[in-house]
Formats: sequence, structure tokens, C-alpha cells
Amino acid sequence: MTSEQPQPASGPDLSPSADPLLEDERGRVRRALSYGAKLLLRDKGGMIGLSLFMVVVFAAIFAPYIALHNPLQQDLTRSRQPPAWRDGGSWEYPLGTDSLGRDMFSRIVYGSRVSLTVGFLGVAIALSIGLVLGLVAGFAGGRVDNVIMGGANLFLAVPYLLIVVVVAAVVGRSLVNVVLIFGITDAPLFVRITRGEVLRIRNSGYVESAVAIGAGRARILFDHILPNLVGPLITVATFEMSAMIFYEAGLGFLGLSVPPTIPSWGNMLAAGRQYLASTPWVATYPGFAIIFTALGMNLFGDWLRDVLDPRLRRKGR
Amino acid sequence: MQRYLLSRAVQSVLLLLGVIVLVFFLVRLTGDPARLMAPREASAQDIAELRALMGYDRPLPVQFADFFSGAIRGDFGNSVHYRAPAMALVVTRLPATVELALSALLFAVLVGVPLGVIGGSNPGSIWDSLARGVGLIGQTVPNFWIALIFILVFSVNLGWLPSFGRGHWNSIVLPAVSLGLFPLGQIVRLMRSAVLEIRGEDYIRTAYSKGINDRRIYVAHVFRNAAIPLVSMLGVQFGYLLGGSIYIETIFAWPGLGRMIAESVAARDFPLVQAVAVFTSLVVVAMNLLTDVAYALIDPRIRYDK
Repeated sequence: MTSEQPQPASGPDLSPSADPLLEDERGRVRRALSYGAKLLLRDKGGMIGLSLFMVVVFAAIFAPYIALHNPLQQDLTRSRQPPAWRDGGSWEYPLGTDSLGRDMFSRIVYGSRVSLTVGFLGVAIALSIGLVLGLVAGFAGGRVDNVIMGGANLFLAVPYLLIVVVVAAVVGRSLVNVVLIFGITDAPLFVRITRGEVLRIRNSGYVESAVAIGAGRARILFDHILPNLVGPLITVATFEMSAMIFYEAGLGFLGLSVPPTIPSWGNMLAAGRQYLASTPWVATYPGFAIIFTALGMNLFGDWLRDVLDPRLRRKGR
Repeated sequence: MQRYLLSRAVQSVLLLLGVIVLVFFLVRLTGDPARLMAPREASAQDIAELRALMGYDRPLPVQFADFFSGAIRGDFGNSVHYRAPAMALVVTRLPATVELALSALLFAVLVGVPLGVIGGSNPGSIWDSLARGVGLIGQTVPNFWIALIFILVFSVNLGWLPSFGRGHWNSIVLPAVSLGLFPLGQIVRLMRSAVLEIRGEDYIRTAYSKGINDRRIYVAHVFRNAAIPLVSMLGVQFGYLLGGSIYIETIFAWPGLGRMIAESVAARDFPLVQAVAVFTSLVVVAMNLLTDVAYALIDPRIRYDK
């Protein structure tokens, strides 16, 4: 492994930035970023993960330009046409068509919009709720802490999928409902993590030192606790996003996610299931899109954890 | 330790009472469960009759008191669809689901623990790559999708294994492996990183310096310490398995609780939904309690701490 700047191979580093006490905030951020970039370039998994994920984001944003057909356009004369490389397929419909003759490729491209919307917004809501409640619980302690954690543990006690399925059945099928369901039901996880980290950081030596030199609550919150929360929360958020994309597809599979008129990977899987034996691509290809996305986010998440979690970094995993 | 376990037991009971409250309100999120339960073509009068029949027209506190006192006795009323006591239906479905969940867990442990340990003990080797690969597959392949692929390959194309039902001994293979894939990935990742971490601990170095041989170090120190996170993960995974069984049992027509959840939700059979929800939560909470007991037994630090 080579360092970017030519430096003497041995001997103490006498440059001022080597002393952590003299290092200013900007320098720390810059060093963290350049360290991150270096790690990303070095880590094949992280690079692959980020690239896969960017492909999906690109597909979602530019879906109208990438899709070959209108994803809703039906053509019953072309029902369940095979993919291009099989007998009877054509490059006009590269991944074949579904039972209503709609282009599989275009539907998969458009489906990324549902998955990413649910993943991004769901995690954003869960993270926001979890961060606020977790900070309150960790800081206030006592009865407030008991009430918040009691509620969080209650949600965590019921099998997650069960809550999601029941709520989805009660509130009905719409994109907004799906986002809200995941955002709210996933919040307890973020509450628990935030609170745990707040308690850990508050009891640490450096916060004790900060209190000893007279730092107030606000300073401890903004200078010590929040910066230390970024790592664990972003890492969990990446994995939770991938999990939500799974769960959304699963809900679609049970016919409880977005309405069937919206192309989504889960809806496609569900619709293709009955033709599994005769025309397997209708049900299985949307699954590859899910795996592609989940693989990207998991590889990227693993890398992110290595970079953002200094405890792991020190161990030189 | 007795005080610790007692307080955990009290917590579990409180948690279950909370779950009953939660389940009561979940079904009433939109305000009118009768409208949800009625068929789409039902008239306003039909809905009003159904509301009165189910008791949803009574004041909310009365409904709650009635539901709560029934629930703690295990009485959730009659299933609308089956016209039989909901809890009894749930209990008859339980063995199939437990069989499936335990088989899935067994598969995950039998494959995952050795693979994770071998991978973690030989970082950079081909076993390590395999362990990391399996860990990644477990996290990125949805179980409902792999279930379809398994059916396609092993039932439709090869004709080796049945694709549905619970009759023959081999009918459990595909459902259990599909359901066990996610926990397998989790267990491999956990064991691999636990072994990697433990290998670098001071007490391992001390053990080596005392001249203790490899095998003893692994049995007495590495496995024992790696077992701690494993036990707590198994408790968590059991809850996942009950949830994941919703898809797997639906796909493989496995006559368990998961399929009952999917069916009762689709039929808007709320008494049955509530019974299943409370019952599965009971199982999960009990598993978590057992996990904590096992945890305290394995790890003396926990036993003597509290």
C-alpha cells in the first residue's frame, strides 16, 4: 500500500497536522474524505457496490429515456414473449413480455423508481424519527427514556413483517402508505441504536473531560455526540434501505404494496408466479433487479462501515 | 442472576400486554374495521349490520376492555372465515410452522457455523472467500425469489423434490432451505467476524504463550466466546423466521401460521389476524427470554454482573 505524498519511511512525523490537538475541524474532514476516497479506490467491493447502486439510481432517474416501451402498454398478441436470446424472442423486447404483453425490460427499469423511493424516503423517515426520539431518550433518561424505549421494544417484539403486512392490509395500497409504513415501523431500530450510542458516548472519557472543562449540553451534543452518531446511523441506514427494498418487493408479492397499475418488482414477481413453469422469465427477472440493487447496497454498506467506524478501522480489518 | 431473570420475565409479560394493545389499535388504524371486512359491493346497511355483529359499533373503551380481557385468556373471538375460535385455529397451525422454522434454523446453523469458523480461522483462504460469498448471498437474495428458483430447478426441471404441501418427508427440503438462506448468511458473517476478532484477543495470545495446543484453544476459548453472539442471534432469527414464513408457506402451500397470516390478511379476517399476531409475538418474546437465560448460562460476565 503506497501513501500519496512522498514521506520519509521512518522517523516521527513533525508536520503540525500530525498532532491531533492542533488539527482543526476542516483538516479533519478533509483527511477523512481523502481517506475515504483512498479506501474506496483500494476496496474492490466498495467500488463495485457503489457502481451497481449508481446504475439503479441512474435507471430510476432516466427511466423514460432508457425504457424501450411504455411500461403500461399492453399488447395481448405478444403475451409472454420469450427474451431476445431464446427461440421466438426479439430485440424489440429484450427481456420478453409479461402475461399482458407489456415489455419486461421497461417495467423493470420503471420498477426501480418504486423501490428506490420506498428505500430512500422510508429510511429518511425512520432515521429522522429514530434520531430525535433516541437523542431524547438517551439525554433525558428516567421516565422519558422508559416510555420511549418501552414503545420501541414493543414494536421490535412483534415480528417486523407481521406488523407491516397487517398495517398494509388495513390502510390500503398506495405508494405514500407503503413509504409511511416502512418509515414508522422501522423507526424503533434507529431509536435503539441512537440511544445506545448516546449512552456509550456520554460515558466515554472524552465527554467526561469535556464536562470537566465546563462544556454545556449543547456543546456535548453538537461536538461529540452527533459527529459520532453519523457513522453507525449511515451504515445501518444503508442496510435498512436494502432491507426495505426487499420488504417492498415482498409486500408486492403478497399483493399489499403499490397498486397493480404501478410497475414494481414485487408486483411483477407476484403476477408472474402462476406462469413459473411455462414462462419462468416473467417471475424471475424482476428478482435479478432486486438482487442487483441489494448487492450494490450491501457491498457499499460494508465498505461504508469500515470507513465510518473508527473502531473497526483501527483493527485493520 | 435470579434477580436479573426475574426482571426480564416481568419485562416480557409487560411487553406482551403492550403487544395486545398494539394489535387492538393496528386493526382500527382507519377507524372502521367493518368497512374493510365487508365485500366491496356491500351496501351501507350491510356494513352497519356487520359492524353491530362484530361489536365495532360500541364505544372504543368498551371494545378495548372486551378485547383485552378476552386476549389475556387467549380468546380472540371466532374467525370470520373459518367460523371457529381463532386461537384454536392458530394452535393447530403451529406445529407445521415450528417444524419449518426449526428445520430452516438447523440448516443455517449446520452449514453456517462450520463455514464461518473455517473462514474466520483462515482469512484470505478459499474457505474465507466462500464464507464471505455465502454471507453476501444470504443478504442479497430474497427468500421468495429463491423459493421460485428452487421450484423451477428442483421440482419443474429435475423433478427431484415436491414443490408444495407437507406430506412426504422430502417436502420440507425446499421450504426450509429457502427460509434458512437469510439466517445462514447472517450466521456465516457473524461467526467469521467473531472468530477473526477473538483470534486477536490478548487471552488467545496468552493461551498460545502457555503452550496450549491449537485444538484446545479453539474449543475452550474461540468457540466458547463465539457462541455468545451466536446464541443471541438465534433468538433474533427465530422472529425473522416466523415473519419470513409468510412468503415461504404461501409459495410452498405449507399449512402453517405464515400461510394463515397471508390468507387471513387477504380475507380481512381480523379476529384471526389478531390471534396470529399476539400468538407469534408471544413465541418471539418467549424465545428472547430463553435467549437471555442461555446467554446468562454461557457467559459468566453476564451471570455475575447483575
